[in-house]
Amino acid sequence: MIIGRVAGQIVMTIKHQAYDGRTLLIVDRLTPECTPSGGYLIAVDSVGAGPGETVLVDDEGGGAQQVLGCPGAPIRSVVVGIIDEIG
Amino acid sequence: MLLGKVIGTVVPCIVTPGLEGVPMLLVQPLDKEQRPKGKPLVCADSTRMAGPGELISFEGGREAALALDPWFVPVDHAIIGIVDQVSLEADR
Repeated sequence: MIIGRVAGQIVMTIKHQAYDGRTLLIVDRLTPECTPSGGYLIAVDSVGAGPGETVLVDDEGGGAQQVLGCPGAPIRSVVVGIIDEIG
Repeated sequence: MLLGKVIGTVVPCIVTPGLEGVPMLLVQPLDKEQRPKGKPLVCADSTRMAGPGELISFEGGREAALALDPWFVPVDHAIIGIVDQVSLEADR
C-alpha cells in the first residue's frame, strides 16, 4: 500500500461497466514525510475520502477487487483508508 | 490508472487469438495537469469509442487485460474510459 493525498477527482461518462457509480480520485503519491514524490494515480474511493485528505491506497489488483466485491474487474487502485497521523 | 491523450491509431495485420477487432490506440501519458509525461504507449481500447485527441484514463498491468472480453489476452495497457472532467483541488 502507498501513502497519498487526494488532489482532485475525475468524471467519466463512457467507461468500463465495472466503474459505474464509483468515485475516482486523483491521488498524489507522498513520501513517508508526507511531501509529494512527484507521481500520482487515479484510484477508486471506498471510504469517502475528500480533497486534501491523506489516504492509504492499495495499488494491487487482487486486493482492490476484494475490497470492492467485484472479482475480475479491471480495477487496480483503491483508497482503503484515511490517515490521521504518521508516527 | 493514469490520464492520457490519444495521439494516434495502431492497426496490426496479424494479432494473437482473442485480440481480433480490439482497437489499439497510441496514447501519450499525462501528468495530473494534463502535461505530457513519459513515452507514448499502445493501449487496447476497452470502450471501443475513444479516438485521436481525446482525454482518456488507462490502466496498466494485469488489470488492463481484465477490461477486455475475452480477458485472457496478452495486453498490458488498456483504455478504461473517456474523461469528461478533471477537477483538481487547486482549481477550486
